[in-house]
Amino acid sequence: MRLARSLPWVAAAVLFGVFPILFSNPTITSIAVFSVIFMASATAWNGFSGYVCLGHAAFFGTGAYVLAIISTVANFSGGYGVFWLVPLGGLVAAAVAVPFGLVALRTRRHTFVVVTIAVFFIFQLLATNLSFTGGSSGKSTPTPPWMAVGYNDRFYYAALLCLVTAFAISVVIRRSRFGLQLFAIRDDEDRAAGLGVKVTRVKLIAFVISAFSVGMAGAIWAYFLGQVYPQFAFDPLFDLSIAIMAFFGGLGTLSGPLIGAAILESLQQYFTIQFSSDDLYLIAYGALFLIVILILPRGVVPTIASLGADRRARRAGQKAELPYGGLGAVASPRTHRTSSLSGLVRHASQDH
Amino acid sequence: MALLEVRSVSKSFGGLQALENCSLSVEEGEIAGVIGPNGSGKTTLFNVVTGYIRPDAGSVSLRGVPITGASPAKVFGLGIGRTFQITRIFARLSVLENMLVATQRHEGWLRSVIRAASSPAERERAMELLDFVDLSRLASLPAANLSFGQRKLLELAYVLVADPVVVLLDEPAGGVNPTLVNEIAERIRVLNRAGKTFLVVEHNMEFVMGICHRVTVMHQGGAILTGAPEQVRKDPRVLDAYLGGIDEDEESDGSQVDGAVDGT
Repeated sequence: MRLARSLPWVAAAVLFGVFPILFSNPTITSIAVFSVIFMASATAWNGFSGYVCLGHAAFFGTGAYVLAIISTVANFSGGYGVFWLVPLGGLVAAAVAVPFGLVALRTRRHTFVVVTIAVFFIFQLLATNLSFTGGSSGKSTPTPPWMAVGYNDRFYYAALLCLVTAFAISVVIRRSRFGLQLFAIRDDEDRAAGLGVKVTRVKLIAFVISAFSVGMAGAIWAYFLGQVYPQFAFDPLFDLSIAIMAFFGGLGTLSGPLIGAAILESLQQYFTIQFSSDDLYLIAYGALFLIVILILPRGVVPTIASLGADRRARRAGQKAELPYGGLGAVASPRTHRTSSLSGLVRHASQDH
Repeated sequence: MALLEVRSVSKSFGGLQALENCSLSVEEGEIAGVIGPNGSGKTTLFNVVTGYIRPDAGSVSLRGVPITGASPAKVFGLGIGRTFQITRIFARLSVLENMLVATQRHEGWLRSVIRAASSPAERERAMELLDFVDLSRLASLPAANLSFGQRKLLELAYVLVADPVVVLLDEPAGGVNPTLVNEIAERIRVLNRAGKTFLVVEHNMEFVMGICHRVTVMHQGGAILTGAPEQVRKDPRVLDAYLGGIDEDEESDGSQVDGAVDGT
């Protein structure tokens, strides 16, 4: 059972590991780089706490600008050295997430969504108007001296490393005490607080961890493109994209955001190249969003999983009765000891 | 010194005085009861004690240590557990995971990220308590599948996981069938015999009179009387509070407050 469950993961890891060797066409590897960057972002975004943030582009953009600005200011020559700025981009994004989270996480649900969008636009405005960001003309990153052949592969593996990091963090958190606290907050935040969960702290830490991975993804993205502009680094469509990817795949699952991002980002890149139109995918996204809401409101992965569970339950159902017995199911011999209200009162008076 | 002491607490919501100069004490080892008509401030009192609402005036102390205005998480950490009038469980977590939420409060965040969600000892303790409320065979089921009565029992059990010094029960018998009411009363009595202190808010007179050592009657935000169940039952002021003395308008206003507070 355990082997059967880990087999798809191993297969996927191997496939992603050797992907550039199998496909050397730069068009395809370029699509792969973007896809992996979005897989990492969607995985990091995946809200175990049930909070839907539409402001993660602020962290993506922060990571992108950190790499672009520092590599310019410190005169990095293009090459592998620039990749050292990727974790730094993540750290700065995480630091930025602290005040962002302190403000936004005071609110919940719809208000939270709106506040995160608002904060995100503040970041975009800052990037456009501050002097050290280069304003609307943006910043460029150093050009790597690599040959065209295998050029994309370096970025691919850097992005893959980032994805593995984000994924590993997800796995560890899911199994941890911290993860249980997040899930408890998702189901009933006030009740969790009443059971000793320090909700504000837990939410903020989750937010910061998430920002870290997204910031790293943004930094790789900036280096890959070679140029960052405010409207693309801080792109509201980035927020919507990773949200739709996670929803499509299955919010709160491990594989959902991965599958969602792999499919949707590849499709988007393909559309862009095939029809040489930047905006066509938006229509496809809209249509897909409707389909997900109408047919798969929980996302692909949970829907398939529950179909499988149903089939298993039906197969096992003939002998085992389902444990939905209601009150009768928990009644025990104990209940007969005090079988009426008068008995209840009598017992009580004997006790004291 | 009383275990839990509420001194002259007042709280108003807009123009409505939900609690007015309300005082109450709970002694170690007893089952204390609070009764009163809808809107008399019972749930607000619970919310003040457990840190969900900050009182306008007055103080709450546990073993003489003031805890007024502490956060719900802090209050729970100090040993005051509570259940809610409308049961609140973690619907998408399994029954066992619900039990484990209350074990989470001890360590720093970095440790909590690295450590597995539960230790064998914690799971064992959780299963013991589930056994105690007869839910152990449903441990791996999502809590959403539980019936209303089972949710009440689960809520009682997961509060007990942290071994609180006093447990506040908000209408433990509300909306539960008579058989289960007895079951819940019996569980409370067993725990009390083992030394656990309770403060119970309840509408079901029979239930309160049956399990409580002392009963406090609340009316219009204040505690008007405290005494043994037999005494309280005979007191004319209690009948007054329940049957007359207040007009219809006030009564309906009051129940709105109770609802509003629950929603927070």
